[in-house]
Amino acid sequence: MKAKTIVVTSGKGGVGKTTTTANVGTALAKLGEKVAVIDVDVGLRNLDVVMGLESRVVFDLVDVLEGRTELKKALVRDKRVEGLYLLPASQTKDKEALDAERFKAIVGELLDEHGFDRVLIDSPAGIERGFQTAAAPAEGALVVVNPEVSSVRDADRIIGMLEAMGVSENYLVINRLRPEMVKRGDMLAVEDVIEILGLKPIGIVPEDDQVLVSTNVGEPLVLRSGSAAGRALLETARRIKGEAVPFPSLEDRKGLWAAIRRIFGGA
Amino acid sequence: MGLFWWRRKSKEKARERLKLVLAYDRAKLAPGKMEGLKAELLEVLKRYFPADEQGVEVRVEERGEHMVLIAEIPVKP
Repeated sequence: MKAKTIVVTSGKGGVGKTTTTANVGTALAKLGEKVAVIDVDVGLRNLDVVMGLESRVVFDLVDVLEGRTELKKALVRDKRVEGLYLLPASQTKDKEALDAERFKAIVGELLDEHGFDRVLIDSPAGIERGFQTAAAPAEGALVVVNPEVSSVRDADRIIGMLEAMGVSENYLVINRLRPEMVKRGDMLAVEDVIEILGLKPIGIVPEDDQVLVSTNVGEPLVLRSGSAAGRALLETARRIKGEAVPFPSLEDRKGLWAAIRRIFGGA
Repeated sequence: MGLFWWRRKSKEKARERLKLVLAYDRAKLAPGKMEGLKAELLEVLKRYFPADEQGVEVRVEERGEHMVLIAEIPVKP
């Protein structure tokens, strides 16, 4: 992806936005980028716990936006991975405190003055002001979607809003896929989701118990070996970096590629 | 066989329902509005030919890039 600032978004809550942000951010840093992950879900902060950095949070995004601290002091450095930083959300202050223009300025400062290669923004669910603010600085988006009717419907809405806002380099992360259910015909397949939403996937992540285990201990999956979801998330990061990583056959691959070709004309 | 058929249907059903609901979402059409459109359309059409009110169907469909409004109005024999 050319976009340096990427918003991770979904429309519907609970589809895996925060897990995706934490893991893709961590994986990008592992691959050598200097990455800032920003939690914009003011009032409901959770990127810090998912990443296991909650005990090291001193300042938050709203403190920076309101000038109570320098940006540099609010960034929590992840000691496990070189080049990974978290800017946490505020838990107490209300959402109105987030101003889109000031937020854009903060992101600009990270890229231009602090030498970050990539900024990943964990957006709040829904289409309210919080989402608009989160997406304001973004050039691209990861739209996290579960192969399920309500999630796909809300994703469609979000994709429309992103395009209207001028966020243009957008990809799907199809999360919580259950290949055995797809095979049985009881779950929308990857190609169905792609066809319906008209967006290319950059990540296809299977449902995996290890996601909960990793959240329990506060260690992103991509830092632990041997999980299917962790592998898929690492591959997602490699695709974002521009590597041509083929999608493993979680299901009938011919069907998947045929669908991609059909929709995007051989792209 | 019967069970297999039912199972296939759950995903197919999801696809169909999604396509329909998204056609309306994308056209920013509330289902209630369609009923209003149907009633008014019928009123006009009846001035010109004997339309059969029972079989009238108005819906939005996606055709490739475009959204089309389709009205099916049976003519009374």
